[in-house]
Amino acid sequence: MLQIMEGSHAVAEAVRLSRPEVVSAYPITPQTHIVERLAEMVADGDLDAEYICVESEFSALSSCLGAACAGSRVYSATTSQGLAFMAEVVFNVAGMRQPVVMTIANRALGAPLNIWNDHQDSLFLRDSGWMQLYAEDAQESMDLHFLAYKAAENYDVLLPAMVCFDGFILTHTYEPVDIPTQEEVDSFLPAFKPYQRLDAKDPISFGMYATPDYYQEFRYEIHAAMIKAKKVLREVGQEFSETFGRDYSELVEGYRLDDADTAIVAIGSVCGTIKDAVDEMREAGRKVGLLKIRSFRPFPYEDVRVALSGVSKVAVLEKNISIGSRMLGAVGLEVKDAVGKQGADVYSYVGGLGGRDIRRKDIHKLADWAEQGRNDCFFGLREELL
Amino acid sequence: MALSVGCTARPGNARDNKTGSWRVFKPEIDSEKCNKCGTCMMICPEVCIEESDEGYPEVDYDYCKGCGMCAEECPKDAIEMIQEEK
Repeated sequence: MLQIMEGSHAVAEAVRLSRPEVVSAYPITPQTHIVERLAEMVADGDLDAEYICVESEFSALSSCLGAACAGSRVYSATTSQGLAFMAEVVFNVAGMRQPVVMTIANRALGAPLNIWNDHQDSLFLRDSGWMQLYAEDAQESMDLHFLAYKAAENYDVLLPAMVCFDGFILTHTYEPVDIPTQEEVDSFLPAFKPYQRLDAKDPISFGMYATPDYYQEFRYEIHAAMIKAKKVLREVGQEFSETFGRDYSELVEGYRLDDADTAIVAIGSVCGTIKDAVDEMREAGRKVGLLKIRSFRPFPYEDVRVALSGVSKVAVLEKNISIGSRMLGAVGLEVKDAVGKQGADVYSYVGGLGGRDIRRKDIHKLADWAEQGRNDCFFGLREELL
Repeated sequence: MALSVGCTARPGNARDNKTGSWRVFKPEIDSEKCNKCGTCMMICPEVCIEESDEGYPEVDYDYCKGCGMCAEECPKDAIEMIQEEK
């Protein structure tokens, strides 16, 4: 059923339909509307879950981790400082191989304090062993939650997942969203069957210590599972498109890319703006296309390489800064590696940090820069302040 | 020991953890000097020194971390810590 709703409420609907048994979260802007709505659902009896109120994000994810080990499907949501506070538990969840799903309402990290959108928060945890899926609009924000649970709970994967969608740009705006029925979601996402769980009658401990003789192999196993997650995510996306009619069978998505000479690469909601800018440039006769990366972890480097095989210049729009790295942006590093030395020239252009608007004319400029071979740099810097 | 998913462990698993690999110095007991007083067996924090059939202390090198407390406390200086070649 199509309904006009706020992005956060679309995510809350997705969570309700996924039937988590335990929800634990700590409110933080711009994630608040999701967890407020979930708390209402639990209070009203619309969601049969234990809602654990906690005093911090550290405790929120710790509660979820414990509940997941006890065999429950669990959910949490956070952003920015809250995610940074969770960081220790983030790594533990992946190490204990618990299929926790958590929404990240992407927001800049302090200091300086800033509540607006960029991708610095989730990207700093790219090496934690969590899958990271990035949504472009409210519909995708909703759908990726079903995909995330199904892929995370697959026994070949057993890794947690972050569904990342842009703070304010998606969390607080209204769009039409097609909401599936409970029966449809139940058939796609059956009840959680834990691989193993805490049981007083058959006791086990999770996340025990591993000496130098064993630790390295555990990290290898997490990496191997993440590599397998690529295939699983594609299969789950294919099944999703057969059930719901929206296609998520690929981890990347090209837009007017087939005959393009120049490609813009991005993650998240800015892809919508880029599509409009690409249309404008196409009308002006320029061969420009977009490559949207939906899954940053696992990183689908084969798909990126194939998608960009026909272009000569690539501009990666980065709403993050990997401070001190040559290429500036975390996404560009991966894209450049995927394209390889024989492929297109890849440039990272960093901007839109801390919620600064990215406009269509900025996208035109980035396409110009890439075509001119301008090296990795910031865009939209206010030189008068420096 | 096969790897578990999520680094899980069942009760009694500490036995699987052969801490002997941590050792740099290995205690060697000189039975000529030892008077079977049993101090080393009581003092060993890893509880890996046991009494042999003849009553002498016997080190389980699978678990001995080489801390050297037995050698330090031995009233007869019958235990020598010897660096191991690895």
